[in-house]
Amino acid sequence: MTASPERWRMIGRATATLLAAAAFYETVAQSGIFPGVLVPTLPKVGHTLVNLLGDGTMLRHVFYTLVRVMCGFAFAIMVGLPLGILMARIRAVENFVMPLASALMPIPSLAWVPVFILWFGLGDTVTILIVFYAAMFPMLLNTWTGVRAVNPLWLRAAGAMGADEGALFWKVIIPGASPFIITGLRQAFQRSWIAVVGAEMLAASDWGLGWVIFDAKEFLNADVMMASLTVIGGIGYAFERLVFGSLERVTVLRWGMVRATKG
Amino acid sequence: MGARIMYREPRWRVIARNAFPFVVVVAIWEVLAHVGIFPVRLFPPVETVVVAFVRLTVAGILPHHAFDTVLRLSGGFMLAAIAGVAVGIAMGRWRLAEDVFLPLVSIGAPIPGLAYAPLFLLWFGLGNLSAVLLVGFVSAFPVIFNTWTGVKAVKEIWVRSAQAMGADNRRLFRHVILPGALPYILTGLRLGLAQAWRILVGVEMLAAVPWGLGWLIFGAREFLNTDVMLAGIVIIAIIGLALEKLVFQRIEAFTIVRWGMMT
Repeated sequence: MTASPERWRMIGRATATLLAAAAFYETVAQSGIFPGVLVPTLPKVGHTLVNLLGDGTMLRHVFYTLVRVMCGFAFAIMVGLPLGILMARIRAVENFVMPLASALMPIPSLAWVPVFILWFGLGDTVTILIVFYAAMFPMLLNTWTGVRAVNPLWLRAAGAMGADEGALFWKVIIPGASPFIITGLRQAFQRSWIAVVGAEMLAASDWGLGWVIFDAKEFLNADVMMASLTVIGGIGYAFERLVFGSLERVTVLRWGMVRATKG
Repeated sequence: MGARIMYREPRWRVIARNAFPFVVVVAIWEVLAHVGIFPVRLFPPVETVVVAFVRLTVAGILPHHAFDTVLRLSGGFMLAAIAGVAVGIAMGRWRLAEDVFLPLVSIGAPIPGLAYAPLFLLWFGLGNLSAVLLVGFVSAFPVIFNTWTGVKAVKEIWVRSAQAMGADNRRLFRHVILPGALPYILTGLRLGLAQAWRILVGVEMLAAVPWGLGWLIFGAREFLNTDVMLAGIVIIAIIGLALEKLVFQRIEAFTIVRWGMMT
């Protein structure tokens, strides 16, 4: 984490680029070539963002979206992880689940939104189910691949040293498959994050980040849209870097599986 | 792949094994639909869906929707491929381009693509232009990242030896950099196409395009035509599977065969 000169140079250049891009945007916005409602100036976007954060509406939207995404995501892990392990360990399960999964996987989760709306009504159930659908397959497939990729030599070695089924599972299979499982979690979260925004736009409820953006379109509030985009991007980035980054550190690195992650 | 398997199951057994889970699911569906726990309009039996599928296909409605969706997908993806590869190569070759684009791309990438949808609709209006531009914009990110990585991964020693042997810039690019980076570029294109496909259906629902599978499903909801919606989803699954089998697996096989599994 030491900041090398190379790193400083990069930060400097990045700042310069972003400032230049901001200045360019600002010039276009100020020049009035495009209507101000469609291309709001940066101070206006900033102002809107601060206002929305200040009066708590943005936090409430964030809260609703996070709850939905977490429910669907957790649900997908609860189903995908054990099912993936079972598929890798038991042939019959694999034979049954795999054809279904390969038929359902190419269907984008958002295609189900209208059907789910009809079945479950507008609201949280639809959004959570869509997130579940989106997150389920990356979780399932990565776990399946991961468990199958566990070196059989390790299994036999552990078996020869007298490990019972439980120990084999927790001490060999799970750590061995961890790089894949974490890749699965990452991919699953990325997909859920896309799915939740789309589902919130389509299955309109009153709260949620996707809904704010979509609703702002009706009133030509481009400043609200851009402010929400910033928040959405920020949360996505935070999850990717902080949550999954540290998860990787405490599991994969600790178990010494880094080389396997690299391939 | 098939050649590597030592013992081969007879063909009919493979087919039967893959068909079995679908038979089970269809049977459960039929029972649920006929028992009448759910209203038939919302939960039509399989034969109704099949009839709707055949009727719409014969009338030419379903092919028209599917054709427009595929056209939009290819249009958006073409944009992404051309722009993405160009930007990625520029970033890999020139320091300045890297400094300019990398911060912008890193900021844009973590925002889920659909979140941009309302902004694009506001700027470019409802309809095709927005849909194609958005699909292109969103799928460009993986293409840019992978192309950039690929160009950077070309071994310095290849470049220098080519230069020492008197290759000019054009030859260097054509014979060293492009082939060296190609496996990564193809991976990027594959990811980009998958991304485009996942997002397109949602975009069609939001952008109110005149024809398109997303719009078909979304429109059918208004009239409670669940059979039409499910028929639309079947077509979506078929296109998705075709993309996977005809495009992705081809690309993968191509890169593996030519470069021995480089990515």
